[in-house]
Amino acid sequence: MDRRKNMRRAEFRRKCIQLASALLYNANFAGFASGTIYKGDPKGVCVPGLNCYSCPGAVAACPLGSLQNALSAMPDKLPLYILGILMLLGLALGRLICGFLCPFGLIQELLHRIPGKKLKKGRWSRKLSWLKYAVLAVFVVAIPLWYAFTAGYPLPGFCKYICPAGTLEGGIPLVALQETLRPMAGWLFTWKTALCAAILLFCIFCYRAFCRFLCPLGAIYSLFSRVALLAFRVDEGKCDGCGLCTRVCGMDVKAVGDRECIQCGRCRHICPRGAIYFGWERNQNHEAEKTISDPAADRHTSAGGMPERQ
Amino acid sequence: MTKRHAAQLALAACGLAFLILGAAQGGYQTTMAKAIRICMECIGIG
Repeated sequence: MDRRKNMRRAEFRRKCIQLASALLYNANFAGFASGTIYKGDPKGVCVPGLNCYSCPGAVAACPLGSLQNALSAMPDKLPLYILGILMLLGLALGRLICGFLCPFGLIQELLHRIPGKKLKKGRWSRKLSWLKYAVLAVFVVAIPLWYAFTAGYPLPGFCKYICPAGTLEGGIPLVALQETLRPMAGWLFTWKTALCAAILLFCIFCYRAFCRFLCPLGAIYSLFSRVALLAFRVDEGKCDGCGLCTRVCGMDVKAVGDRECIQCGRCRHICPRGAIYFGWERNQNHEAEKTISDPAADRHTSAGGMPERQ
Repeated sequence: MTKRHAAQLALAACGLAFLILGAAQGGYQTTMAKAIRICMECIGIG
């Protein structure tokens, strides 16, 4: 009972962080009234989560849009700046960004709270989760590079044909607020609006469907899952392999902290053995245990603080 | 040092080097130039 209460409390805290980050990313509230976008210096820096830089409220750049834009500048200029930002964000936070710092993730989670029948995860969803890597390879990397090298002009494939965050946060508000943009909204706007509506509708029945199957930013951060500094991990010494952590998870995880884990931390409070720890906690606990344990036990621990498998 | 720590160090070094080199070659300005104009592709017009 306490475990469930702790889980609900942690979920509430996570929602507050998600909401705060969404507000921080879009703190240019005046833009929503004027229908113009922010032009200050922070726009040269990317936020960690998916947040369109053409949203009237956005105060910083979108990492995916910036990556495609930087790839379009090749071969004259390598996309080092944005790759450096993505590497450092991935290393520090990994998919914790998806769980805590992505406004579009928050929208999907809120939609999933609408009561009704829900699609259960399974082999189908696990297989479909590979689709986001194809979206990353084709729409984020290949299309901008192809146009940069052959046509010599930028074409951000993901932003143009797929991104529902761009439509929801940028397209719809700007077209609604700026009369000059309305006549320009043609088939592409209709396609993107329909796709965005379909994705959001699907999210009512399927937990974080966009993140699981389509999001190329999640695909990028998932590459850092094994090395991210702040992440939930399993203490192999305590885990008895009951599998409750993966069953309670809405994502297509096979194990806590794998490529599909968005580090929401729900599993931590449900684990009956208390085997799931966050980031540096284990090292701290281990140090505390070491001070009261038999010195002989130290011979069975590795330098990294993890017990060696016998 | 474990393999994970080595990978973390290598990634941190690469990430920092990329960021500094990228900023030096005008990456910040490129990002800024795109982000302060309405992206027609993003909003479904261009």
